[in-house]
Amino acid sequence: MLSIFHSLEISHYIYLSCVLFSIGLFGVLFRRNAIILLMCIELMLNAVNLLLAAFTEYMGDTQANGQMFVFFIMVVAAAEAAVGLAIIVMVYRNTRKTDVSFLDQLKD
Amino acid sequence: MNPIALILAFPLLGFLINGLLGPKLPKSIVGWLGSIAVFASFILAVSKWSLILADAKGINWNAYTFLQIEQLTLNVSFTLDRLSLWMTLIITGIGSLIHLYSISYMDHDEQPAKFFAYLNLFIFSMLLLVLGSNFLMLFFGWEGVGLCSYLLIGFWYTNKDFGHAARKAFVMNRIGDLGLLLGMYLIASNYGSLEYAEVLPSMAQGNGSVSLLTGIAVLLFIGAIGKSAQVPLFTWLPDAMAGPTPVSALIHAATMVTAGIYLVVRTQALFFLSPAARTVVLVIGVLTALIAAVIALRQNDIKKVLAYSTVSQLGFMFVALGVGAYTTALFHVTTHAFFKALLFLGAGSVIHGVHDEQDMRYMGGLKSKMPVTYWTLLIGTLAISGFPMLSGFFSKDEILANVFHHSALVYGIMAFAALLTSVYMFRLFFLTFHGEYRGTEKLEFDKVHESNWKMTTPLLVLALLSVLGGLLNLPHYISHEGFLSAWLKPTYIMFEEVIHADMTTEILLISMAVLIFLVGFVYSRQRYLVKGVSPEVETKGVAKWLQNKLYIDEFYNLVVVKPLEVLGDILFALFDTLLLYGLTFAVHPVLRWVGGRNRKIQNGNIEFYLLYMVVAIAILLGVNLLFV
Repeated sequence: MLSIFHSLEISHYIYLSCVLFSIGLFGVLFRRNAIILLMCIELMLNAVNLLLAAFTEYMGDTQANGQMFVFFIMVVAAAEAAVGLAIIVMVYRNTRKTDVSFLDQLKD
Repeated sequence: MNPIALILAFPLLGFLINGLLGPKLPKSIVGWLGSIAVFASFILAVSKWSLILADAKGINWNAYTFLQIEQLTLNVSFTLDRLSLWMTLIITGIGSLIHLYSISYMDHDEQPAKFFAYLNLFIFSMLLLVLGSNFLMLFFGWEGVGLCSYLLIGFWYTNKDFGHAARKAFVMNRIGDLGLLLGMYLIASNYGSLEYAEVLPSMAQGNGSVSLLTGIAVLLFIGAIGKSAQVPLFTWLPDAMAGPTPVSALIHAATMVTAGIYLVVRTQALFFLSPAARTVVLVIGVLTALIAAVIALRQNDIKKVLAYSTVSQLGFMFVALGVGAYTTALFHVTTHAFFKALLFLGAGSVIHGVHDEQDMRYMGGLKSKMPVTYWTLLIGTLAISGFPMLSGFFSKDEILANVFHHSALVYGIMAFAALLTSVYMFRLFFLTFHGEYRGTEKLEFDKVHESNWKMTTPLLVLALLSVLGGLLNLPHYISHEGFLSAWLKPTYIMFEEVIHADMTTEILLISMAVLIFLVGFVYSRQRYLVKGVSPEVETKGVAKWLQNKLYIDEFYNLVVVKPLEVLGDILFALFDTLLLYGLTFAVHPVLRWVGGRNRKIQNGNIEFYLLYMVVAIAILLGVNLLFV
C-alpha cells in the first residue's frame, strides 16, 4: 500500500482533488436537480478528504491527524445527506418536483 | 467602625431610605427620619469633642485608594480635626434644627420624601467637604452641594422661574468650580499630592515660588467666590430664594456658602504665604459687603433682603480672611449661622403665617398675631445689627477691629456697610411686624396665624444661640484668650499673632460699633415706624436702581448671556442647519439610489446566491494569496 502512495507525486493528488472539487462546484452552481446538487456537495467534500489523506502521508504524520479529520467529515457528510434527502423527499411529495427552483417560493 | 464613617453614614442612609422608599413610606415618617439621621450625626460629633480636645491631631481614616497615577495617589480619606469638627457641629446642629422645622413647613407639599432625601444628601455632601483630608474629597463635596442646591432651589420646578433660578445657581457655581479645579491641577502637578497634610507643610517649608503660590491661591479663591457668592458671581444667591424657605436657611446658614470660607481657612498657610492673594480676597470681600448691603436697602421681598444680607455678611467674612484673621472669620461664620438660620426660619414662619406671601408690601402689624416669631426675629435682627453683647456684636466687632489695624480706609467702608446692615434689617423688621396691616383682600388679617411648635422650637433654640453665641470667642478685653481661638490654634500651620490694640483704641472701636447700631436703628425707626413710609415699587432715582439690584443681572445678560446666545444662533444656522441638515439630506437620496440598484441582486434564485458565495470566497482567497 505504502509504495503505491509514494510512487505518485503529491502534485498529482492536488490536481485530482482540484478537478473533483471543480466538478462538484460547477455541478452545484449550474444543475437544478436537488439530488444532483447533494451529490455534487458530496463530491466536493470527498475532494477535500482525498487531499487531507494525501497530505497526511506527505508530511509523514505518524499520528495521522489529517486522516482523523477525514472521518469527521464523513460523519458530517452522512448526516448532511440524510437531512438533505429527507427535505427533498418532503418537497417531492408536495410538489412532485426535485427542482431547486422550488426554493424561490420562500422569497415573499 | 470609624466614627467619621458613622457621621457620614447617617445622612447618606437617610437619603437612601427617603430617596428609594420615600413614596411608599407614610408622609408623617419621612420628615422625622431625615431629622433623626442628621441629629444622630450631630450627637456623634459632639461625643468626639473631648477626644479632639485632648489630641489636636484628630482622627484620620483612609477608606481606600481611589486612583493611582504614577506618583500621584488619590485617596478617599478623611480627617476629623478641630476645624472639621467645628464645621461638622455647625452643619449637623443647625441642620437638624432646620430639618425639624421643615417637617411642619413642608406639611402641605406633595413630595416630602423627595425634599428630605435632598436635604440629607445636602448635609452629606457638606460633611464630605469638611471631613475630607484632601482636595479631591473637598471637590466631591463641593460638587455635591452644588448639585443639591440645584435640586432644592428648583424643588418646585413646575414654576418656570424657579427652574431658571436653579439653573442660574448651578451655572454660576460651575464657573467658580473651574477655578477650584485648575487650582487643584496646579497643586497636583507641583506638589505631587492633594493631601492637605502633605501639600500645606511643603508650602510652609518654602517649596514653590511666590507667583506659583499666588496663582494657586487665587484659583482656589475663584472657587470660593462662586460657592460663597462673592462679587462678581453673587447674583445666584438672591435668586436661590426660589426654593422652599428651609432650603434658604440651609444654604445660607449651615452649608454651601460657608464652604468658601472653610476652603480659605483650611488652606490658610497658602494664603498666608501670598500677600497678593490676600489682597485680592480683601478687595473682593469689601466690594461684596458694600454692594450687597446697598442693594438690600430697597428690596421688598422679605427673603431677598435676607439673601443680600447673607452676601454682605459673607463679604465681611472674606474681609476678615483678607487681613489674616482666620479665627475671626470662622467665628463670624458660626454666629452668622445662628442668627441667619434664625432670621430665615423666622421669615419662613411669617410667610407660612400669611399664607405664602413674601412681599413686605402686603405685611405689617403682624406683631400681635405671631408673638413667638416676633420676639425671636427681634433677637435675630438685634444680633445681626450688632446690638451690644449679642453674638453678632462680638464677631463683627472683631472683624472691624482687625480691619482697623490693617487699614483705616477699609475700616471706614466696612463700618459703613455695618451701618447699612442695621438700617436694612430694622427696615425689614418694622415693615413686617409694626404699623398697619397692608394685606390684600385675598388674605384677611384674622386668618394670619402663629406657626406650630415644630416651627417655633427651632426658632427659640436659635434665638438662644444668637444671644449666647458671643461666648464662644470672647474678646481679649473680657477674657484672656477666646475659646474658639484656643480651639483652632493647633490647626493653623502659619499665622500671625493677633495684635491687640490698647484699651483706648478698643473702647473707641466699641463705641463706634454701638454708635453704628444706634444710627441704623434710629434712622429706620424714624422712616418706617414714626413717619410710616410704606414700601413701594420705586420708579425714580437711586431707589429704583437699588430695587432693581443695580441692574447687575441685566448687565450680565447683556455682556455674557446675549453674546453667547447670538453665537449659539450663528453656529446653529451655520453648522446644524446648513452643514448637518445639508449633509443628511444629501446622503439620503444617494443611499436610496444605491439601494434601489442593489435590491435586484436579491432575486430569490438559489443558484445566484450560491454563485455570489463562490465568487466572494474566490475574491477573499485571491486577496489572501496576493497581499498577505
